[in-house]
Amino acid sequence: MLEVRGSDTELNLVQHMAEKFMEDSDTVISVTGGGSGTGIAALINGEADMANSSRPMKDDEIEQAKANGVDPVEFVVAMDGLCIIVNPDNPVDKLTVEQIGAIYRGEITNWKEVGGKDQEISLYGRQNNSGTFVFFRDNILKGDYSEKMKRMNGNAQIVEGVKTDAAGIGYVGVGYVVDEAGNQVEGIKVVKVGKDENSKYVSPLNKEEVLSGAYPVARPLYQYTNGKPEGALLDFIKFELSDAGQKIAVEEGFFPVPEELKQQNEANLQ
Amino acid sequence: MGRFKESVYKNFFFANALVVVVILAGIFLLLIRNSLPAFLEVNFLDFLTGKVWNPGGYSESSYGILSLLVSTLMVTAGAMLFAVPLGVLTAAYIAEVASPREREIIKPVIEILAGIPSVVVGFFGIVVLGPWIARIFNLSNGLNAVNGSILLGIMALPTIISLAEDAITAVPDDYRQASLALGANRWETLVKVVLPAALSGIIAAVMLGMGRAIGETMTVLMATGNAPAMPGSFLDSVRTMTATIAIELGEVPFNSTHFYILFAVGLVLFIMTFLVNLASDLILERYQEVE
Repeated sequence: MLEVRGSDTELNLVQHMAEKFMEDSDTVISVTGGGSGTGIAALINGEADMANSSRPMKDDEIEQAKANGVDPVEFVVAMDGLCIIVNPDNPVDKLTVEQIGAIYRGEITNWKEVGGKDQEISLYGRQNNSGTFVFFRDNILKGDYSEKMKRMNGNAQIVEGVKTDAAGIGYVGVGYVVDEAGNQVEGIKVVKVGKDENSKYVSPLNKEEVLSGAYPVARPLYQYTNGKPEGALLDFIKFELSDAGQKIAVEEGFFPVPEELKQQNEANLQ
Repeated sequence: MGRFKESVYKNFFFANALVVVVILAGIFLLLIRNSLPAFLEVNFLDFLTGKVWNPGGYSESSYGILSLLVSTLMVTAGAMLFAVPLGVLTAAYIAEVASPREREIIKPVIEILAGIPSVVVGFFGIVVLGPWIARIFNLSNGLNAVNGSILLGIMALPTIISLAEDAITAVPDDYRQASLALGANRWETLVKVVLPAALSGIIAAVMLGMGRAIGETMTVLMATGNAPAMPGSFLDSVRTMTATIAIELGEVPFNSTHFYILFAVGLVLFIMTFLVNLASDLILERYQEVE
């Protein structure tokens, strides 16, 4: 039996992958949540065969692992992309990463500064118990959120807020802006995002562009094993990274692993 | 034998009553014990008067609860502004004016109001009340103190109405008859005799309703936007103390300053509701003496 433990973000995804894998295999895989830190601690203590983590392992965690005779090897199982959404009445349809950061830091406060109407920007974000709150702050804002940002209780409430707020902007997981058939939900507009002014603006709903790694507001979802995986664990990871496995990732509202990270995965499998 | 049985029963009931006291004392001690370590790191005055609440910030953490305190007081005051006139007038109507049949309908309806889960009230605030407020005040959204106040007012109404009605009903009938005999009409009797006679009971009802409003969590967490900035008006987003604890306690690292400071926020909240309840008790006591 294989024990996989960690990130709650990855929980449903890896669980579904495991269920699919077990249909054709005798191996029993148990996937549990508890948070990225919990999973990494379990790997270090030898209580889990694999850790799910929505953040990379920290240096001190790697040191701790080495001290315990555990050699962590990293895989990227899928990409977690965030959509920037605004109200459909808002003429703005593209922003750069820097603009998004400045808007959320409270430095840009009026839509006219980024090509919109003369209207005060109304910020919607997550609460600070959310991993997404931290990811967005550390990677997009690189500073503190504006004190005026409304802290909503989950993705769905951000969508509800922006739907009714003509000056609203929010960030949510891809799964919350597309319905089960893969169409964008009504009442909101997904903004295209560019790395900077000169690069191409990419929509998170455009699969080819996302696959190429061009969408800038995405984070890798990691898995860590102790040493290079062998036997059933190796088979499971290969399944996760196969087309069938990546299809499950897309169904769960995540992005598939982009090309450059695929190569890194391959290297760690050999 | 009978006497023995009686003393067993007496002790059994006494033990039950004691459990409540022990639990309360336990909670109070727990709050104090878990709050104190926070003040090794954070200056107590900065905690009470600091305007910035940003634990686990990008560059540095700040633990000032002033804007949270102001938010809680604003939402509570707003709720009372809305609920007290409505509640007291409804109570007066039920107790003095309504026919027995009307009373039979209105009272259960108010009790049902008390049973609506707070998440449902909060969702109503986001989806229905928020957009209304936005339209009326010409704002881009309605996630603000007004929204929270109205919702909390609705939630405090059942408490205020039933207790105020009890107080009004408890006014001796002699008062009414004396007033009517002196030539006052029913309206004058109600406003000038019955309501003043029931005043301390009504105040106690309002206090208990207020205690409910201060402590309510889920509804304000959903409907007020939770922006930690110091609110400038009732049309700004506010973040109450209860919402802050509910949002942050779930994920805070154990035994960190942030963990302890959340208990300190809880302690401040506990003291506030304790004072409100104490005040209502004192008023009720006076009211019972008059009776």
